[in-house]
Amino acid sequence: MNGLFADYEVGDYFDEMFSAPGEVRGHYAAIAERFAGLQDDEFQKKRILADRSYLSQGITFTVYSGDEGTERIFPFDLIPRVIPADEWSMIERGLVQRLTALNMFLHDVYHDQRILKEGIVPRELIATARHFRPEMQGFDVERGIYIHICGTDLIRDRDGRYLVLEDNGRCPSGVSYVLENRQAMKRVFPNLFAKYSVRPVDRYAQDLLAMLRHIAPHGKPDPTVVVLTPGIYNSAYFEHSFLARSMGIEIVTGNDLVVENKTVYMKTTKGLQKVDVIYRRIDDDFLDPQVFRSDSVLGVPGIFEAYRAGNVSLANAVGTGVADDKVTYYYVPAMIKFYLGEDPILPNVETFLTSNESDRTYVLENLSNLVVKAANESGGYGMLVGPHASKAEIAAFREAILADPRGYVAQPTIQLSRSPSYCEGKVEGRHIDLRPYIICGEKVSIIPGGLTRVALRKGSLVVNSSQGGGSKDTWVLDGEED
Amino acid sequence: MLSRVADSCFWLSRYIERAETNARLLDVNMQLLLDFEDHNPSTVQMHWQPILATLEDQDLYTKIHDSITPESVMEFVTFERKNPHSVLSCIGNARENARTVREQISSEMWEQINRTFLYLRDGPARSDYHDSPIDFYRQLVDRLHAFQGTTDATMTHGEGWEFLQIGKYLERADSTSRVVDVKYHILLPSGEPVGGNVDITQWMAVLRSCSGMEAYLKIHVGKVTASKVAGFLLLHDDFPRSIRFCVDKMDSALHRISNCEDGHFSNEVERVSGMLRSHLDYTTIESVFSSGLHQFLDTIQLRLADVTKALSETYCNWLDPSQVQSQSQSQQA
Repeated sequence: MNGLFADYEVGDYFDEMFSAPGEVRGHYAAIAERFAGLQDDEFQKKRILADRSYLSQGITFTVYSGDEGTERIFPFDLIPRVIPADEWSMIERGLVQRLTALNMFLHDVYHDQRILKEGIVPRELIATARHFRPEMQGFDVERGIYIHICGTDLIRDRDGRYLVLEDNGRCPSGVSYVLENRQAMKRVFPNLFAKYSVRPVDRYAQDLLAMLRHIAPHGKPDPTVVVLTPGIYNSAYFEHSFLARSMGIEIVTGNDLVVENKTVYMKTTKGLQKVDVIYRRIDDDFLDPQVFRSDSVLGVPGIFEAYRAGNVSLANAVGTGVADDKVTYYYVPAMIKFYLGEDPILPNVETFLTSNESDRTYVLENLSNLVVKAANESGGYGMLVGPHASKAEIAAFREAILADPRGYVAQPTIQLSRSPSYCEGKVEGRHIDLRPYIICGEKVSIIPGGLTRVALRKGSLVVNSSQGGGSKDTWVLDGEED
Repeated sequence: MLSRVADSCFWLSRYIERAETNARLLDVNMQLLLDFEDHNPSTVQMHWQPILATLEDQDLYTKIHDSITPESVMEFVTFERKNPHSVLSCIGNARENARTVREQISSEMWEQINRTFLYLRDGPARSDYHDSPIDFYRQLVDRLHAFQGTTDATMTHGEGWEFLQIGKYLERADSTSRVVDVKYHILLPSGEPVGGNVDITQWMAVLRSCSGMEAYLKIHVGKVTASKVAGFLLLHDDFPRSIRFCVDKMDSALHRISNCEDGHFSNEVERVSGMLRSHLDYTTIESVFSSGLHQFLDTIQLRLADVTKALSETYCNWLDPSQVQSQSQSQQA
């Protein structure tokens, strides 16, 4: 290998691009050739070109220091991640299976609770789940769908096996980067696409809108659909407005909506206009100050009552957080068996529940080798990566686990697969994951690929953007390629 | 369309126009100074004072600066973040408004504003300004004109566009009234007669800052007088920066939104706007001068403020009138 990959070290990991030092996997051959032929200054030019396009489009998040915020872009790594057709088709089947089971679980938990009665999932764990909403008990959501949009995080272990790390079934974000990253790659490496048959991702907004229309109350034919955002200071605001634009629908804040007679209206220049479906990017807690957190100024007073009256549909449904609780996650394989009578296609990462006495003993003895996660946090917060943690951090987690055993789970430290990424002047292996976006409407659909997040800090296993992560374009190849 | 969106479109457009006015005023004032031979500090101060008076920013300026120098006035009106009406603040406010209505405006419009803001705040704006202030202000006006062109060419001419038109023309009418009023604030040096050389030079500067010099000379060949210049900038039918032209355009946009026939009104904002329009239609420049130019311009500014208030009550904050006051004040601040 020459050029950018000249000194590339594969290391003791599953490398997405190299099967061994200097041995490029078949589906990366054209990429290896293209990048190896780039001079460093050409590569830099392309990076600047890509960065500038994110900046001028305002695809930024704000970092506050002093009185003036500065805008940063999420780092974008130019070397794409490639997934062959057969791998993707396995992933797709696995995710459809998983989401089908999760939606059946949510319906069950908020109705007959068969799975609790039969002891498959302990009743106590559900009753104590922070995001379990008793207010949803006995309520029939439109079309029986709870999780309409899910971002399920997948990782690959040392053998390249895909494992489910967690499900994000409340307000998963990041899909706008999938679409923008593809645009950026097309701008910067137009010719590379000619060498591959990459499956397009741009139908996402249409799929999303079709799903939102599908869940309109009482099958209303031409529903008014809106995106509800916390506002321009939310770090995902760009995405909210991007999705609204791509679907051609209004984006609203809580102040734009008002509830009268259990019906949701938006305030327009022509008076009040009825709203039928809301893609809300506000968590349950902040949705309705009359029912959930009373100090919320982002939400809409009375919206939950309108929802329960069947006059407005919400995506995702209220109460889905009980399914992406990290303790519930432990039981997903059992759910798949219970509801579908199938074995899971995508396995979970081995997980220990600190609420189980035997697991807890093991976890407390092995904290320095494990990853510990708070059951209800996301975004890489509330997490201990044992091998990288200080003694004080480990001691703090020990205390926290003992004080609230239900609140944590632990997993072995998985050496996530690595992908060649450009860092500090050269290409090095960096750990990655994959978040596909699953839409559950009339059928379950997944845009090919998803967001590949990359931990750009050397050695880091944490890919979250809030923790120094970046992203890559993700290419799923067409069937004929293989 | 959402009431909040209508409000943001209106203000987005006003801020863009206000930024342009600032850039024009500074450009012209600087050029005018070059025409004078007298460069002693008190003359220079007298020369820049009216800019601050026109923009109604004198109090804030004196809090930040001890004395009036061309550099500090230009800095204050161009880059000062503490000045809510500086070019940079206006573009920043326009951008914040644009961000909240990104799904209404075209991506091209957003990128145009965003790039202009980043150019001013983080980009080479300052060094361009130091190299040649005149070129810098020209280029800035060009960028803002490009935004107007992009808007016309890429955005559906529907309701959102109409609110942008209302904001643009209302602000421009206000701006022209202020530019003409500069003439009221500039004192003629002692011994200089009304209608003399200096007086005429000043009126020509006023024309230039409205991009009106060439258009004016086509109509009034070779003759620059106070009454004719003021008549042109206040009452001309077709010149795009005359107050009457702007009010006509604003009024028509209002009527297109409601589908109400011109000359009638269906809501408060149309009534207030229509009264202003017919007032201008039936005014002569002789009557303006006989009752006082400054007083006339003052009245125009107050009535434009009434239109803004009525617009907000009619379309933007109609559900909760208690919001009206705080909303429009915070936007103007």
